[in-house]
Amino acid sequence: MSEAEIKNLEDQFDAKIARDEKIEPKDWMPEKYRKTHIRQMSQHAHSEIVGMLPEGNWITRAPSLRRKVALLAKVQDEAGHGLYLYSACETLGITREQMYEDLHSGKAKYSSIFNYPTVTWADMGAIGWLVDGAAIINQVPLCNTSFGPYARAMVRVCKEESFHQRQGYEIMLSLCNGSAEQKNMAQDALNRWWWPSLMMLGPTDAESTHTDQSMKWKLKRKTNDELRQQFIDQTVPQADILGLTIPDADLKWNEETGHYDFGEINWDEFWQVVKGHGPMNKSRIDARRNAWEGGAWVREAATAYADKQRARKEETAQAS
Amino acid sequence: MKKETPLWEVFIRSKNGLEHRHCGSLHAEDAEMAMNNARDVYTRRNEGVSIWVVESTNITASSPESSGELFEPANDKVYRHPTFYELPDELKHM
Repeated sequence: MSEAEIKNLEDQFDAKIARDEKIEPKDWMPEKYRKTHIRQMSQHAHSEIVGMLPEGNWITRAPSLRRKVALLAKVQDEAGHGLYLYSACETLGITREQMYEDLHSGKAKYSSIFNYPTVTWADMGAIGWLVDGAAIINQVPLCNTSFGPYARAMVRVCKEESFHQRQGYEIMLSLCNGSAEQKNMAQDALNRWWWPSLMMLGPTDAESTHTDQSMKWKLKRKTNDELRQQFIDQTVPQADILGLTIPDADLKWNEETGHYDFGEINWDEFWQVVKGHGPMNKSRIDARRNAWEGGAWVREAATAYADKQRARKEETAQAS
Repeated sequence: MKKETPLWEVFIRSKNGLEHRHCGSLHAEDAEMAMNNARDVYTRRNEGVSIWVVESTNITASSPESSGELFEPANDKVYRHPTFYELPDELKHM
């Protein structure tokens, strides 16, 4: 194809997205669109899968059966969300095996937040409340993104996500209405998860390299800073109901802007974690790699069984 | 040893009276495993009363490039629509 022809196709493609038409897997698309979507969707899928690990850590130690079944269901949802997203991403021509390989080799990223440890039960509350809260803010606009399979997967994910946040907040509420020790535990969890949750919404607009293009493709509807502000504005009153203090001395309601002002985010920490130097990066990737390698015999057995069944069926068909 | 587990498309009937609708795909070695996985992945909250799984390689799809020859011929056949026929306003029940 000549450059002029490609340019023409690109113009038609951009116009289609501007008219709010969806792009489906077999439609022509610019190579950069395909690559960007593979990057973002696989990163999103990996985040769901790695996101099971910090919470999986507490399933066997949940304080009651009610908490245990809820946490189990939440972690199972995350597996499901990962699977919706992986299969949506595969429609762009990358295999599941390749995506796993990219995760295990460190080529593909996942959300920085899952590289922090879950040290107390209150972390299950803080994660549901804050991390899932931030994720919802990120994900709701994606239900209208331009790539059809991604948008459809996000509709399913968003429907299921609100239970996650509510179960987390309920855990916080119980702790805050409990003994002084329990309330301290909740405060401690908020102290540790607050800043990473703000960072999770991505670098500042000034630092964010993909924003312009992503806006045009409707992969993004609001900038990182707008999403962060929205998250803070809606979360501060929720902390007030719990009677907890947000660990930010500069946090203050601004009558003029109608938003909360907040303190400086430690972006060095964010980039350290993204680059693989967070407290749990190694442990998370090791766990995923072990699951994949340790599970190889199960996949091989399933293949062998399916082959045997097929052969047996053919034999019976020939005999009769 | 082959390395990729086959891909299956999943269709769910949300309740009797409605058609099965495509809801996504998954990997499985055989139909039985595809069915079990579809139940776990796509119907955790009573989304369906019936599941179809079809191995993706068995689906023949039209290509977007041929959509012109496939679908454009219908564009100029306005006489297939009821509004093509001009009838008096006082005519009722038609």
